[in-house]
Amino acid sequence: MRIRRTPALVTGLVAASLALAACSNGGSTTDPSSPAGGDAAEQTEVEVFTWWASGSEKLGLDALVSVFDTQHPNVEFINGAVAGGAGSAAKDLLQSRLQANDPPDTFQAHAGAELTDYINAGQIEDIANLFDEFGLRNAFPADLVDRLTVDGKIYSVPSNIHRANVVWANPTVITEAGLDPEATYASLDEWFTAFDTIQAAGFTPLSVATTWTQVHLLETVLLAELGVSTYNGLWDGTTDWAGAEVTGALEAFEKAMSYTNTDRDGLDWPDATQQVMDGQAAFNVMGDWAVAAFEEAGKAAGTDFTYFPVPGTDGVFDFLADSFTLPVGAPHPDGAKAWLETVGSLEGQVAFNKAKGSIPARTDADPAEFSEYQQTAIESFGSDQIVSSLAHGAATPIAALNAISDATSKFTTGGSDLATFQSELAAAMG
Amino acid sequence: MPRQLRRWGPPLLLISPSIILMAVFVYGLLAANAQTSMTDIHTAAQATGRAPSSFVWFDNYVALLGTEAFQHSLKNLLLYTVVFLAGTMFFGFLWAWLLDRPVRFEGVFRSIYLFPMAVSFVASGVVWRWLLNSNQGEQASGLNRLFQIVGLDFLQNNWWNNVDVGIAAIAIPAIWQLSGYVMALFLAGFRGIPEEHREAARVDGATEWQLYRHVLFPQLGPVALSAVIIVGHMSLKAFDLIMAISKPANYQTKVPAIDMYVFKSSFDYANSAAVGSILLVIVAALIIPYLIHITRTEKSK
Repeated sequence: MRIRRTPALVTGLVAASLALAACSNGGSTTDPSSPAGGDAAEQTEVEVFTWWASGSEKLGLDALVSVFDTQHPNVEFINGAVAGGAGSAAKDLLQSRLQANDPPDTFQAHAGAELTDYINAGQIEDIANLFDEFGLRNAFPADLVDRLTVDGKIYSVPSNIHRANVVWANPTVITEAGLDPEATYASLDEWFTAFDTIQAAGFTPLSVATTWTQVHLLETVLLAELGVSTYNGLWDGTTDWAGAEVTGALEAFEKAMSYTNTDRDGLDWPDATQQVMDGQAAFNVMGDWAVAAFEEAGKAAGTDFTYFPVPGTDGVFDFLADSFTLPVGAPHPDGAKAWLETVGSLEGQVAFNKAKGSIPARTDADPAEFSEYQQTAIESFGSDQIVSSLAHGAATPIAALNAISDATSKFTTGGSDLATFQSELAAAMG
Repeated sequence: MPRQLRRWGPPLLLISPSIILMAVFVYGLLAANAQTSMTDIHTAAQATGRAPSSFVWFDNYVALLGTEAFQHSLKNLLLYTVVFLAGTMFFGFLWAWLLDRPVRFEGVFRSIYLFPMAVSFVASGVVWRWLLNSNQGEQASGLNRLFQIVGLDFLQNNWWNNVDVGIAAIAIPAIWQLSGYVMALFLAGFRGIPEEHREAARVDGATEWQLYRHVLFPQLGPVALSAVIIVGHMSLKAFDLIMAISKPANYQTKVPAIDMYVFKSSFDYANSAAVGSILLVIVAALIIPYLIHITRTEKSK
């Protein structure tokens, strides 16, 4: 095989023209940013970066945008939604953009410890002054504001609240297995006893999906077994991950996993919830976004499906929240502030959450405007103790969560024993 | 000097844009990657320069290669590559050999074998995720269900969810997709052998098997080598198929490329870059001897 001259020549020419094109692009970059410190009434725009690209999330965003357009007609909304991978595609792109100093005007992020990386990297602004300006400090529950505050600073405005510690159940399956579908379970042990009966009847007692849903289950089991203060201590360092209490909780997790479906690692959460809907499985632990899936399938709460807090976590609200930030160097800070004002406003929160199925972070929304499930969640959020979710970025930075996920996957696929699992969890939080 | 310039100048000028582009976008970025991999940039703050970072030489590599998790990834990569290579070479060669004899509808068969290659790994991965469902018994679906229907229940298994050899199951769709390509390479190899060789062998009274065994197969060596290199380097970079069938956090299907992705999403740029460099070295270990071999044969000709 001899190399012929012509292709090399063509390649050279193509490369040359590419280089020229690259140069001309580099030379003629126009700067679209408006002069800083522009008047609020001035015509501007806001690029809102989210992963709300489909389903109820898209409907929520649309509802929020229509409120935004009425409140701020002079600010043009530009949708920067990135679809794919339950937000992982968006986070990936966001990371590159922030690294290249090309931030959007505002981006969606889970409220809480997941913001730590952006804060430490100096990529988002302290917006505590906006909380004062918009009167948000008293609009949100004190527990929530505490959780958002880092060293006296606040970096994001929460748009909605979800609850993670909810069990979704199929009463038909439970009845067929010979149990009372109305029964309540005071502890995980009681729940496991019911699992045995359900398994004997040929159903999957507990459906679960891929790693992140297993971490989600792990967090609710930890919460149930350890109680609120010890659970909180896992994240602030006051609870010993290597201690006997955690060992006990992990044993409960191991037991819970033994009742789950074997095809879990190939599924995502809608598939696991679907198993409850289809009558293959009796229970599923999932955040309250699952209620939208049941409703879309035309299932009625109470008859086709029931829900209750994970046994042992009654009176605790395991929260996660979406929130919006003000990136350092945002091209249109005024547009971003206008967006944050709408996100924090009562009108915006009601419109958004009615469509998305979550609940407002504000306490002054009228529960009567919401669905039956949402009303119970609003009530719990107002009265329960609030703790941070692990699987959804409220409790730990991303790196720790990734390490915990790796350890969990290794354990649930049989790659490590309980002692190794515990030491790997301790190392992840170390 | 001017004469030399006249001789070397124009060609050099002509290829210089591609050399410059390669230098910046390939070798420059490789160097930047190697540089990052030798720092301790494990957090977002260090990456933006808000927190101090320092040069640590090969500490990341030593630490990474020492962890059980990364050894597991490397072991998975090796297993995946061996199964993938053996499978594609076997089926590709078999089909090419079958089609080399005069067959009716050869064009149809050729297209059928080659078609899977037109499908992207991501698209076929979604379908294979359903086929390779690990449920057995009453709740089986996909291939396990098929085994039940045809009475081969004992063949049921949990496919890629086996923690030790599960990654080999992901090689099945890869083999399905690339065997046709290897077949095309071998078929071109067979067709490239002059007809006279076959005639000469037949005149000498060689049987059909002797003809293949002693005349045709030995001439396919270079084709086989190219096929191994092409399939091998694809296998070492395996990422999309695994992402489509499994998930990045699933321990049983971790390979270095997945580790690189997870490290990057944790803002651990140093380890991510180190995994990238290790992958580069592994691929280079395959490609460079091949390139040397090729240049030597060219020269000897």
